[in-house]
Amino acid sequence: MSHVLLICKKELKSYFASPIAYLLMAFFGLIFGFGFYTATRDFVRFSFQAQMMGQQGPMNVNEQIIRPLLGFASTVSLFLIPMITMRLFAEEKKTGTIELLLTSPVTDMQIILGKWLGAMLLYICVLLMSIVNIAMLFAWGKPDLKPVLVAYLGLLLQGGCLLAIGAFISTLTKNQIIAGGVTFFVCLLLWLLSWMTAFDSTGASQVVNYLSIVTHFENFGKGVLDLKDVVFYVSMIYFALFITARSMESLRWRA
Amino acid sequence: MIKVEGLTKRYDRTVAVDNISFEVEKGQIVGFLGPNGAGKTTTMRVLTCFLPPTSGTASIAGFDVLEQPMEVKKRIGYLPETPPLYPEMEVWEYLNFVGRLKGISSGDIARRVDEVTARCAIGDVRTKLIGKLSKGYRQRVGLAQAIIHNPDVLVLDEPTSGLDPKQIIEIRELLKALAGEHTIILSTHILSEVEHSCERVIIIDRGKLVAIDSVDNLTNRLRGSEAVAVEVEAPGGLPDPSGVQQRLEQVPGVSRVMMKDSKNERLVFEVESLQGRHIRAELARAVVNSGWALTELRAVGLSLEDIFLQLTAAEKKSAAKEEKEGVQA
Repeated sequence: MSHVLLICKKELKSYFASPIAYLLMAFFGLIFGFGFYTATRDFVRFSFQAQMMGQQGPMNVNEQIIRPLLGFASTVSLFLIPMITMRLFAEEKKTGTIELLLTSPVTDMQIILGKWLGAMLLYICVLLMSIVNIAMLFAWGKPDLKPVLVAYLGLLLQGGCLLAIGAFISTLTKNQIIAGGVTFFVCLLLWLLSWMTAFDSTGASQVVNYLSIVTHFENFGKGVLDLKDVVFYVSMIYFALFITARSMESLRWRA
Repeated sequence: MIKVEGLTKRYDRTVAVDNISFEVEKGQIVGFLGPNGAGKTTTMRVLTCFLPPTSGTASIAGFDVLEQPMEVKKRIGYLPETPPLYPEMEVWEYLNFVGRLKGISSGDIARRVDEVTARCAIGDVRTKLIGKLSKGYRQRVGLAQAIIHNPDVLVLDEPTSGLDPKQIIEIRELLKALAGEHTIILSTHILSEVEHSCERVIIIDRGKLVAIDSVDNLTNRLRGSEAVAVEVEAPGGLPDPSGVQQRLEQVPGVSRVMMKDSKNERLVFEVESLQGRHIRAELARAVVNSGWALTELRAVGLSLEDIFLQLTAAEKKSAAKEEKEGVQA
């Protein structure tokens, strides 16, 4: 365990030693802030209109600001995650430091878990940028806390899943650009899978729909914590890390 | 300490290492010698558990690299050809990380880092970013990384490549100092390197073991005859070269005389003896009796360069012969 933490700490340090961590956090903060601004502005405008018209329409901060915003965050994360994972293994393979890790008395799984955890922590730092905006809603409004927490849990699980897939792809190449590009493509594909099957209810498309990582987020976004979705994400993370380990092993045999 | 038996490593179609066996005793420095692409790095990677062998076995301190890699890794310090450094880390930070990774406890790590920084003379760059270090310093940080956990066996892949002569000497001294307690195997394609710092040499060429012996034995084995450099001066200006040559050739036991140089009224010859004959005394007498002055008489050792070329050439010849015979059969 101490080795996992050691590698995790090293990963996190190298993220923050380069501009990449700050860049991602700033980028996400800006985009999310922009989304927050427009969503809140429209919400306020609509609630004024509703009052002037004398309508007593149900206005709900959770439903009308937070839910679409965190759904938006889940989509934005598809673009950020390749930038987090692309260097995980590709860089070490390129500079040769992978030789140091693989000839040290640590198991492959400790290396992988450490790296994944490091990426996960950076992802959490990125998500934290959105807390500022959500906190404003709590300061000047009375949204429900529970659905927000569930949605964040959903973001973490979805992120963990994509980070594990990205880590796997990063073990396949020495080239960071290729690792990032392929991961981005896979993320997009997983997103599109949910589009493809939106109005289709045949058996095959149900399966495809189930496999789409993005669709499982929808329940979390609504504030519904379903064991089915949690199990899906956790097993996907496990599976992705498992094939990462197999890929590391084959690295030794192929190299 | 290190035991390799029938080690073969195949990549796809090429055979990088072909049925190599050798043993290294505790505390020895062994040079692993061969031209580029001979399979040195591959063998070292197998020894350090980075690559699994295709067939054959390798063990470190009695632990097999395939069966008990964790035990092997604990006992080995490895400096790959390019030192595995993280440019974004400071030197002490990096050594801390590697030390912890190799299993040094948090209580001991500070002391160990101090020790290796002192030993590798990198104290003055402790707080510098590795990315900003010069090649020589990087190499030394790489070496510090390899010895930080005080391993039984040190595997160094071209430890002196890219260093200036002064740094090379420093590294050599360091290796000699380390040799007593550690078993060291270092690869190089620079022959003088081995002559200076190794007790034993393992020569490989195109994946095959060509020779394994002590440096002295190798030189003796290949140099059945003695070679002597003779410098002759005449009192009245330059002596007649052919005259001297003839006189030298008459000395009993001499097989060949070659004129090497003539400078400042001196002639330099290289004289080779027949197998097992000592000719130096006779040579001296012959020169002096002929009225010339003998200004230098020196045994010329066969350099490892010569040995290496002879060995690999012999290898090629026999390979060619086998091929021919194969065709005829």
